[in-house]
Amino acid sequence: MSGLDPTETFRQEAQELLEQVEKGLLDLAHRPEDRDLIDAVFRGLHTLKGSGAMFGFDALAAFTHHCETAFDRVRKGEVPASKRLIACVLAAQDHMRALAEGRPVEPAVGKALLADLHAAVEGGDAPAAALADPAAPVAPVGKTWKIRFSLPTDALVNGARPLPLLDELRGLGDCRVQVLTDDVPALGDLVPTECHLAWEVLLTTTHGRDAIDDVFIFVIDDMTLEVEELIEASTDNAALEGATKAPSAPPSEKPVEAAAQDSRAVKTGETVRVPAERLDEMMDRVGELVIAQSRLRQLASSSLDTALRAVAEEIERLAAEMRDTMMVVRMVPVIQLFARFRRLIHDLQNDTGKKIQLQIEGETTELDKTVIERLADPLVHLVRNAADHGLETPEERAAAGKPEAGIIRLSARQSGAEVLITIADDGRGVDRDRVRAKAEENGLIAPGQVLTDNELLNLIFAPGFSTAATITNLSGRGVGMDVVKKTIEGLRGALDITSNPGEGSVVSLRIPLTLAIIDGLLVRVGTSRFVIPLANVEECVELSPAQDLRSTGRSLITLRDELVPFLRLREQFNTGSAPDPHQKIVVVSTGQDRVGLVVDQILGDHQTVIKPLSSFHADIGAFSGATILGDGGVALILDIPALVQLGQRHDAPMRVAG
Amino acid sequence: MTQHAIEALTFDLQGETFALEASLVREVLDLLPETEVPGAPPFVSAVINFRGRIIPLVDLRLAFEMACGDPTIDTRIVVIEHPLDGEPTLIGLRADKVHEVTSITQESTEDAPRIGLRWRTDFIRRLARRDGDLIVIPDLDQIFAARGQTASVTSLHSTPTR
Repeated sequence: MSGLDPTETFRQEAQELLEQVEKGLLDLAHRPEDRDLIDAVFRGLHTLKGSGAMFGFDALAAFTHHCETAFDRVRKGEVPASKRLIACVLAAQDHMRALAEGRPVEPAVGKALLADLHAAVEGGDAPAAALADPAAPVAPVGKTWKIRFSLPTDALVNGARPLPLLDELRGLGDCRVQVLTDDVPALGDLVPTECHLAWEVLLTTTHGRDAIDDVFIFVIDDMTLEVEELIEASTDNAALEGATKAPSAPPSEKPVEAAAQDSRAVKTGETVRVPAERLDEMMDRVGELVIAQSRLRQLASSSLDTALRAVAEEIERLAAEMRDTMMVVRMVPVIQLFARFRRLIHDLQNDTGKKIQLQIEGETTELDKTVIERLADPLVHLVRNAADHGLETPEERAAAGKPEAGIIRLSARQSGAEVLITIADDGRGVDRDRVRAKAEENGLIAPGQVLTDNELLNLIFAPGFSTAATITNLSGRGVGMDVVKKTIEGLRGALDITSNPGEGSVVSLRIPLTLAIIDGLLVRVGTSRFVIPLANVEECVELSPAQDLRSTGRSLITLRDELVPFLRLREQFNTGSAPDPHQKIVVVSTGQDRVGLVVDQILGDHQTVIKPLSSFHADIGAFSGATILGDGGVALILDIPALVQLGQRHDAPMRVAG
Repeated sequence: MTQHAIEALTFDLQGETFALEASLVREVLDLLPETEVPGAPPFVSAVINFRGRIIPLVDLRLAFEMACGDPTIDTRIVVIEHPLDGEPTLIGLRADKVHEVTSITQESTEDAPRIGLRWRTDFIRRLARRDGDLIVIPDLDQIFAARGQTASVTSLHSTPTR
């Protein structure tokens, strides 16, 4: 794949812009006076319109233009950012999204949205005359500006077009354009794809300096732009001629940082959009580099050549830095994930008739991009669940002496190599009796079975469980909590729920920072080596020969007064080799179960790049992937939850008998 | 019909000659250290490190119910790229001996006869004749889909004649 399809690039950009606008709008609903927010929304809409037109999404550009226009007026203080206006633009978002994605849309829908929008703007005591299009000259008198600009020579190659810029300036008011050809080289040296022209424009407009800067918003980084206000509001020819005759140096030689003069013109162009596949490829290369490097280290350590050793050390350092940098490159803040919940809550309030307040914490916490994408669906389900099952209606809340608006709190924070995400609500909490009744009804537990509170709560995540007495249109459709749990475990994460009756529930997810690299404990079983994810490892103890002999009948050890069952990996994997005299037990935890894994030798810490197994081996279940070791050998990575399950199945007949 | 020929890499498995389209073949390797995958079917019991990628190592001899002798000085691994569940996948094939790339004409091949073979006929795409000898062109899709199981045909002579 090329990854360079400009339409696709635009769609991605549009997606982000729409999210940004949406966020701004939702914030604005709470703080309608905030200038920065208004500006941010306007800027987002403006960019969307501009890039839309650039990439041929004319319908989108035309539609967005109206929203932009409305916000331009808000920005100028002509119209307040009323709740109605915000609701209108929010509603219009879905339409824009459809247009950006190229989905078929009903023209009537767009018209209705625009009608609403106009009504909303009018409702804000706006003079009707200016409503249609503020870009058209409304008043004949205004200030006159002298604008000089030139584009970098490679601007045409990069897709900038001066003509639309001039057209846009003309749209602002009476405009005289003169082209400056001072920099054009002799015909022989002329490269037709290079831009050597500069322009001088005398613009009489009622719009402010901001409007002029906005015209150049897409090209501002590389171009030179000078804007000065002529004191005399004159559009005389003399002024223009005087300006051009003045032996001023070509504008390109004295660049003016427009951005510095105007805080609104945010510096763009500092980010690069890269398709995720390319990052994956790079990650693979880095992984191979790390492997090759550790082979080099082994060679160098057995060599007497000090120069070789020095180079090997240097490369070791560089490879480690490279790997760390690569990890950081793939990280994105969880705000990308959380932002969409504001809209979800907005919609949920309408659907449920409940009042919901969303609190977000730790939105700058970063996670691997792939992880973020795969977390979206489970989180949506958990938030819906909290809103639907957790929170009470305003009446019920009032009766219980709580504030009318329920709170759903999303928070994220990093702890070690994991990110902890919690979804908390202050609703009624999980009804344990109902959970138990339901689980007994569905045959998940035996009637009257003794369970710890934690076990009882976690039944919610068991396959085939649904507490919804009546299936609403929110929960109880599509994915269930068991799917949520599977997805989280698929990310090598874990989830847990706690709940207090009348106070609400907290679902916490522990997610590894990245899927590509894993910290593991390298162990040997027979002649093979395996990696146990360090996140699962609790401790390592020795299996004494006495214990080993005794444990033929029962595979249990006592660890600090607690019985821990163990699995002999040698038997599990049928290695057919004799056990080492001093076997070790690695105690692993899956969140609920603690299990000991008996290995022959513990080789040490190992940070590894995870390589997937082919579909031949994917369904074995005990392995989540494989990795290449320093000596070029391959070690399989143990999938601890799956392995523990396999062991339990193995043990099940014994347990029934006992 | 014109001389429609395919370029094929020929190799031996327990004395029988097999052929694979040369365009499938990525590389022919000497033996590499193998890592056993516990619980995997014997047909694909191990993985190897092929230039930083971890690829499965398939033993076609098991699909054709042949004995698996110890590796010899001639033993090689033929790395092919073949779609597996829709994904192009690199797969290593054990070969007792690798011969040359030869061209096999369409005329010299025929469908596998229904009787007279001790192998599953759906594992064989075509049979080719050459100098009075037979070359087996295996049907990798069928073999890989069956994960090497040969249970549907129970052979009375489970040991090969040679």
